[in-house]
Amino acid sequence: MVEQKLMGLNGDEAVAYATKQVNPDIVAAYPITPQTIIVERFSEYVADREVDTEFVAVESEHSAMSSCVGASAAGARAFTATAANGLALMWEIVYIASSLRLPIVMAVVNRALSGPINIHNDHSDTMGARDSGWIQIYCENAQEVYDASIAAWRIAEHLKVQLPVMVCLDGFTLSHTMENVMTLPDETVQRFVGDRPFIEVEGHMGKGELRLNPEMPLTMGPLDLQDFYYEHKIHQVDAMEQALKYMKDVDEEWTKVSGRSYQYVEPYLMEDAEVALIGMGSMMGTVRHMVGDLRAEGVKAGMVKLRLFRPFPVDAIKKAVGDVPVLGVMEKCISFGAPASPLMEELMTAYYHDKEKPMIANYVVGLGGRDVSPDMIREAYKSLAKIKKTGKVDKLSTYIGVRGD
Amino acid sequence: MSKLTLKEAAHIEDTLTSGHRLCAGCAHPIVARMIMKAASDKPTFVTNATGCLEVATTIFPFTSWKVPWLHNAFENAAANASGIEATWRAHRRKGKGPLAKYEDINVIAFAGDGGTYDIGIQALSGALERGHHFTYVLMDNEAYMNTGIQRSGGTPFAASTTTSPAGRVIHGKTQWKKPIMDIVVAHDIPYAATLNPAWPQDVLDKCRKNFSIEGPKFLHALIACTRGWRYPTSDTIAISRLATQTCVFPLYEVERVDGRPVWKLSGPSAAIARRPESKKPVEEYLKTQGRFRHLFRPKPDEELLKAIQDGVDHRWEMLLEKCG
Repeated sequence: MVEQKLMGLNGDEAVAYATKQVNPDIVAAYPITPQTIIVERFSEYVADREVDTEFVAVESEHSAMSSCVGASAAGARAFTATAANGLALMWEIVYIASSLRLPIVMAVVNRALSGPINIHNDHSDTMGARDSGWIQIYCENAQEVYDASIAAWRIAEHLKVQLPVMVCLDGFTLSHTMENVMTLPDETVQRFVGDRPFIEVEGHMGKGELRLNPEMPLTMGPLDLQDFYYEHKIHQVDAMEQALKYMKDVDEEWTKVSGRSYQYVEPYLMEDAEVALIGMGSMMGTVRHMVGDLRAEGVKAGMVKLRLFRPFPVDAIKKAVGDVPVLGVMEKCISFGAPASPLMEELMTAYYHDKEKPMIANYVVGLGGRDVSPDMIREAYKSLAKIKKTGKVDKLSTYIGVRGD
Repeated sequence: MSKLTLKEAAHIEDTLTSGHRLCAGCAHPIVARMIMKAASDKPTFVTNATGCLEVATTIFPFTSWKVPWLHNAFENAAANASGIEATWRAHRRKGKGPLAKYEDINVIAFAGDGGTYDIGIQALSGALERGHHFTYVLMDNEAYMNTGIQRSGGTPFAASTTTSPAGRVIHGKTQWKKPIMDIVVAHDIPYAATLNPAWPQDVLDKCRKNFSIEGPKFLHALIACTRGWRYPTSDTIAISRLATQTCVFPLYEVERVDGRPVWKLSGPSAAIARRPESKKPVEEYLKTQGRFRHLFRPKPDEELLKAIQDGVDHRWEMLLEKCG
């Protein structure tokens, strides 16, 4: 294994540094807090010609994603980064990028969606994009951000997958917090990502690569009506299934290169757990800490960190959750008017037909960047213990840390 | 840049082929085919905003395009083009990647008036400001024809559309056409020109010049619309010709010389400037089209007709000043 360099990077810098090492053809991005450091750092790499990338300083996020679509269709590795309202503004094209099967990589620095306007972290932005046909990876720390920002290309461009990938990192908590990050040499990253591969397709003028090619022209993004649209949507369903199958291979290959191993779902002290929390992102570090505290107090607590939300790894989740009787779902998102928040609903759906399943309760925390403190997590575990004792879930959703509840 | 005659152009293979579903009498394919012929000496990429030209030429699993072609959405043709062009630049710099081998390319963004004057103006302005090497073609049929004739920022004053109908009190659109050429020229771009299919050689000449110039270019084509303008399908070219003869749609080009925009009238409009008496009254143009019928029935609306003539004269005079 090659020697790695320890660097002090915040989450945004980890994205920028990894992307520098990948050296994509274009980065089209627009500044928005807390993503801004990514475009700033990357602009410096461009200004110093440390990359060959064309930096397209677009006039909006809508044009950022549109330029990425144009570029990726033309055969580029195309990258962008955004947050919250920026993601909302590019919404239309987010769906188009995945339906055109373009392997774009986008870092989303999770931030609360307006309104009221707020610049701090929750998951309302990317949770809203969960049906957009993008793969979604949620990171716990800057190391995961660095690793995912490289592996994402191989996942997106995998010939069986061909889907765009969102690398999600919590605003400020990760984006602006310096951590130790082990980084690989540029050549190793370059060798790992290689050149962008293309799938062969049968076009109206013959067989060729799926890209805008003057020698074998294709019509990309045609009008698709009742007679074919549905089939094309099913192709996206299939692609997500393929992603679930083949992401493992990329992760394993990354482990060989980096020595760091990643799973879709990462259980912690679940073997004998009686109460457990599941969730995504940086707060899971605090949950892990609290599991340690509770264990010291004699509570059989466990936790499951979900790294992959799309495609939703049902089997891996069930395996990680095991036979814990009570499961709490930590979420930084509300689906207004819904019975529960998105992850909770996915889990309920996944478990519905199972004879053996945990009782599941939803704990909404940290909206608009409100700190998710160890005490709040303790409160969630207490609530789970009560559910275990009484054998029933009184309330599907509990809002923890909110005044006037 | 070599001149392309109509005869030579006729021998160049069409890259927008027949079999599309554009309406009989639609000016879109007439203009698009000429532009594509003029572009044919370089690898050409087309990106098309949502609109008539897009939907009618690419109904899956059919397509009329023999060049690489991309549709993304309505308001972002210029941004798509930015991405395609940036990819070419990156591949050239790296000396690697599928587009690395092309010394020069054409990237053409086609968009209608809705996709340009209205919803797409932000992406257009951004792409012009960034200076991408591409050509933006405004295919101006003067309303949202694809969705059923709704008014746009490019719809002319007093035209009746489904969202600016000629009613008992309000007589069609109450605003004038946005001066799009002034807006794009203000971006300090190297070339902009107006195109009218009634003067095909002028179209070819301007397009040849356009494609030989480095940087962002803008072509404004008048696209007569039989459905939206309400005229018989056989009259497309005659009505297009009247648009220029009445100075409703003057023909000119704006070239950047020594950092200044140099405005120059072309062909028929230059002739009118030389012989102002040859300028036809705007009524001759208006009365050919159903969208202006309310100006003549039940009786001529002298006040509105005068307002239109004055407005056309005013804009024509401003253009003459710019053209020196």
